[in-house]
Amino acid sequence: MRILVCVKRVPLTGGKIVLTEDAQAIETRHLGFTISPHEECGVEEAVRLIEASGGESVVLTLGPPEAVEQLRDAMALGIDRAVHLVSDVEEWDPQATAGAIVEAIRADEAANGPFDLVFFGNESADAGNYQVGIRVAYALGRPVVTGLKGVAVEGDVVRCEQEVSGGRDVYVLPLPAVVTVLEGLNLPRYPSVPAKLRAQRKPVEASSPTRPSSKLEKVRLVVPEGQGKEAVILGHGPEAAPAVVEMLQQIGVV
Amino acid sequence: MVLVYVEEPSELGQQALAFARELGGPVHAFTADVTAPVEGVETLYVAEGDAFASYAPAAIAQALVELVERLSPAAVVAAGTERGNEVLAHVAAKLDLPFSANCVAATTGDPFLVTRVRWGGSLLEEAHLHGNVKLLTVQPHVVAAEERAGEPAVERFTPALSEADLVVRVVERVPAAAGGVSLAEAKVVVSCGRGAGSPEGFGIIEELAGLLGGAVGCSRAVTMAGWRPHTDQVGQTGTKIAPDIYIACGISGATQHMAGCKGAKAILAVNTDPEAPILASADYAAIGDLHEVVPAISAEIRKAQAQKAGRG
Ligand SMILES: Cc1cc2nc3c(=O)[nH]c(=O)nc-3n(C[C@H](O)[C@H](O)[C@H](O)COP(=O)(O)OP(=O)(O)OC[C@H]3O[C@@H](n4cnc5c(N)ncnc54)[C@H](O)[C@@H]3O)c2cc1C
Ligand SMILES: Nc1ncnc2c1ncn2[C@@H]1O[C@H](COP(=O)(O)O)[C@@H](O)[C@H]1O
Repeated sequence: MRILVCVKRVPLTGGKIVLTEDAQAIETRHLGFTISPHEECGVEEAVRLIEASGGESVVLTLGPPEAVEQLRDAMALGIDRAVHLVSDVEEWDPQATAGAIVEAIRADEAANGPFDLVFFGNESADAGNYQVGIRVAYALGRPVVTGLKGVAVEGDVVRCEQEVSGGRDVYVLPLPAVVTVLEGLNLPRYPSVPAKLRAQRKPVEASSPTRPSSKLEKVRLVVPEGQGKEAVILGHGPEAAPAVVEMLQQIGVV
Repeated sequence: MVLVYVEEPSELGQQALAFARELGGPVHAFTADVTAPVEGVETLYVAEGDAFASYAPAAIAQALVELVERLSPAAVVAAGTERGNEVLAHVAAKLDLPFSANCVAATTGDPFLVTRVRWGGSLLEEAHLHGNVKLLTVQPHVVAAEERAGEPAVERFTPALSEADLVVRVVERVPAAAGGVSLAEAKVVVSCGRGAGSPEGFGIIEELAGLLGGAVGCSRAVTMAGWRPHTDQVGQTGTKIAPDIYIACGISGATQHMAGCKGAKAILAVNTDPEAPILASADYAAIGDLHEVVPAISAEIRKAQAQKAGRG
């Protein structure tokens, strides 16, 4: 089996989001980077499926040169190799992102055969466009299910489970297919030190696609109101309890 | 005119209709759910046929595409639910049009100027939405729903579907085991983060939640450690909650956690660190070790309840 996972590098914002002067991006000078927890679960699932059935797992990102860090992280979890579509700092809109991913998948499949499954996050951590996976599926002419918390390959079909209010909805898709997943699909492993070292030697294939014009075109970012309240201190230590309960009574929950 | 996709009879569907009316021009609706009682629109288009017996996103999207081609709406709007976003992304892919998910505002024109949600609501983006038909969804709970009476004209149609539109559909619904208070709907949520120190640290959290008839939540630090299941996680990639009071113990207040509790009417933080970022989003705080503060609150509630019982 061959499986591809698509991940996006995003800043690890802490308690407060600070923007750059031109309001085009988050100020990241003092921040670390990561990928969405949804995508992390996609990586873990791909590794488990290949461990169980044999074959090859590949991770792909479209991102700046530094995004190779996220590719190495995925390979430390057990992914075999990486494809890096190197972009400039400018963010690509979801249509352009999907286009570049489709081109890269076509090129890889021409050389190595089709991917049975392509994993996406349900939505990217930062932009939350809810669409790149679906666009890629249409371009490849493959079925797609979103928001999955269960993915089981059974012969030449994949059984997919979605949490909905009242239970789980089940879909059964023929392979090859595209799936978008949610955190909670599995509990990703922590990479071991030897696995991290091995990841440094795994192959990364880089290319630089050109960015088409944006049709969902960012004008500027705005931090919403609501940050910067000041909490009323009801007390320190166990002595705070009476004031807390008085407040709970006022709200009407005690 | 604006065409609104109404998934099912719901508050969020009403919010999407209200958002669409704000755009100006006549509003028409489309549904594949015959039970959706849509009022206050000019025409309600209802897709019929076996394809719509269970949820099939590509089939619903194809029905919308057929209407778009026939009616040439200025925009197609849906609620920013999982399925609203999914169906509109299918429409976008089929028509190769841009699509803006989870908008909080839109100004018409060409392009539209939209304000949309990023980072689960922790950040907003103003963007130009291009395309000859503007596709967008409405972020839940930012515009008020409005009930509009008025029977619409109803037009039933059977869209022309391809094999591919029918491949992906719900084939089975596995009912959930009946559990305790649902996190998403609880009036009171008591959560704990890394400050719990261990899975056993949740004993006092469960006790307090029990006394208040509430649900237990947690942060991602806790689920990553394997202390609690992901179904307990509050946040951007966990459950979105909207209780009357959210009691967050030993949680620092990362933006991704706070994205899940923006709907809380009030927040009480219990934290050893008076500088913790959560204090900038909380209404109340108790500074101290949660292992001491939380049992003291529980004891005080028992006292209050006993007094009330004594009086009553
Ligand atoms: C894309 C993305 C999505 C994410 N989604 C989520 C999400 O859905 N939900 C989520 O929670 N996180 C999410 N995160 C992770 C988030 O960024 C934080 O890492 C996480 O919320 C931190 O959890 P915490 O507050 O429990 O731990 P910490 O940040 O380590 O905070 C622990 C807090 O406990 C206090 N404390 C310690 N001991 C005690 C004690 N004895 N008594 C009282 N207070 C004490 C400390 O002062 C500190 O404030 C996401 C991250 C990313 C990048
Ligand atoms: N720049 C990118 N590189 C690789 N994959 C991406 C990129 N952007 C988005 N994706 C994938 O598409 C999913 C959905 O993204 P979005 O449509 O932006 O919400 C993400 O969870 C990723 O799996």
